[in-house]
Amino acid sequence: MKKLFRLLALVLVIGALGVWLATGMNRGWTKTLVPIKTLDEVTGIEGITYKKQFVAGVDFLGAAVLGAVVLTGLSFFFRNKNKQPIN
Amino acid sequence: MKTRLAILASILLTQAAFAAPQTFDFKDPKGVNSASFRVDAPLEAVNGSANGISGTITFDPANPADTKGKITVTTASMTVPNPMMNGHLHGEMWLEATKYPEITFEAKEVKNTKTTDNVTTADVTGTFTLKGVSKDITIPVKFTYLKDKLGDRVPNMKGDLLVIRSSFSISRKDYNVAPGKFEDKVSDNIDLTLSIAGASAK
Repeated sequence: MKKLFRLLALVLVIGALGVWLATGMNRGWTKTLVPIKTLDEVTGIEGITYKKQFVAGVDFLGAAVLGAVVLTGLSFFFRNKNKQPIN
Repeated sequence: MKTRLAILASILLTQAAFAAPQTFDFKDPKGVNSASFRVDAPLEAVNGSANGISGTITFDPANPADTKGKITVTTASMTVPNPMMNGHLHGEMWLEATKYPEITFEAKEVKNTKTTDNVTTADVTGTFTLKGVSKDITIPVKFTYLKDKLGDRVPNMKGDLLVIRSSFSISRKDYNVAPGKFEDKVSDNIDLTLSIAGASAK
C-alpha cells in the first residue's frame, strides 16, 4: 500500500508534467478557451472568437505536485508488509 | 428658367442629403466587433474580450464634431480564457453580470477633431457606465468612414460603414468593482480597447 501511494504520486507528477508539455508549456494560468483573432479585410478590425481547448498552466502543475505531496504523506501511514517483527 | 431652378434645387438637395448625419448601427452581423480588456496580475496579465456589442452612432462625415450616440456592451459576453476567472468576473465580487447586464458609453461632446481623407481623430466626452456607476470621461477616438463599403462586407446590401477605434484606461475602484480589494493580485487599472464597425444601409 505504501508503495502504491508513492507510485500514484509519481504517476500524478509525471502525468501532469506530460500534459503541461503537450499543451504548450504555458507559464500562465490554465485555460479552457483559446482566443483566435480573425481579420475583417473591409474594416481592418481584428475580431476575437474563442475555441474550446485545454491549455495546462502552472496552477495545474502546482495542483498535481500538491496532490503528489498528499499521496506521499499518506503513504507514511502504512507499514511495509515484508518487514519481519522483532522478537 | 424653371429648368435651371429645378437643376439647382436638385443639386442642393443632393448635397444636403450627402451632408446629412447618418445613423450607424453597431449590431455586427459578422460578429467581428469586440471590446477587449487587460488587467495586470502577478503571474500573467488577464486578457479578455466581449463581443455582445450594440448601439447606434450618428455621424456626419462633413461635420464629425456633431457625433452623438451610445454603445452598449453586454456584461455577460465578457470572456477570459480561464474558467475560474470567468466565473469570478461575472460573479458578485466583480461585475455582477445579472444585476448590471450592460456597460455603456454615451457620447455627448466631440472636440479636437482632425480629419485626413476618411479618417477623423477626436477627443470624445461622454458618460461611461459600469456596474451602475456613471462617470463622464474623455477618450481618444479614431473614426474611419468607409463610403459605399457595406456591400463588400454584407452581400446584397448598399450603404456606408463607420469604424470606431479607441483605447483608454479606467480605475476599477471608480466604478465600484471590488474597490481596494485584491490589489496585490489584480491591478486597479483596466485597459480597454474598442474596435467596432457600424453600418448605415441605404
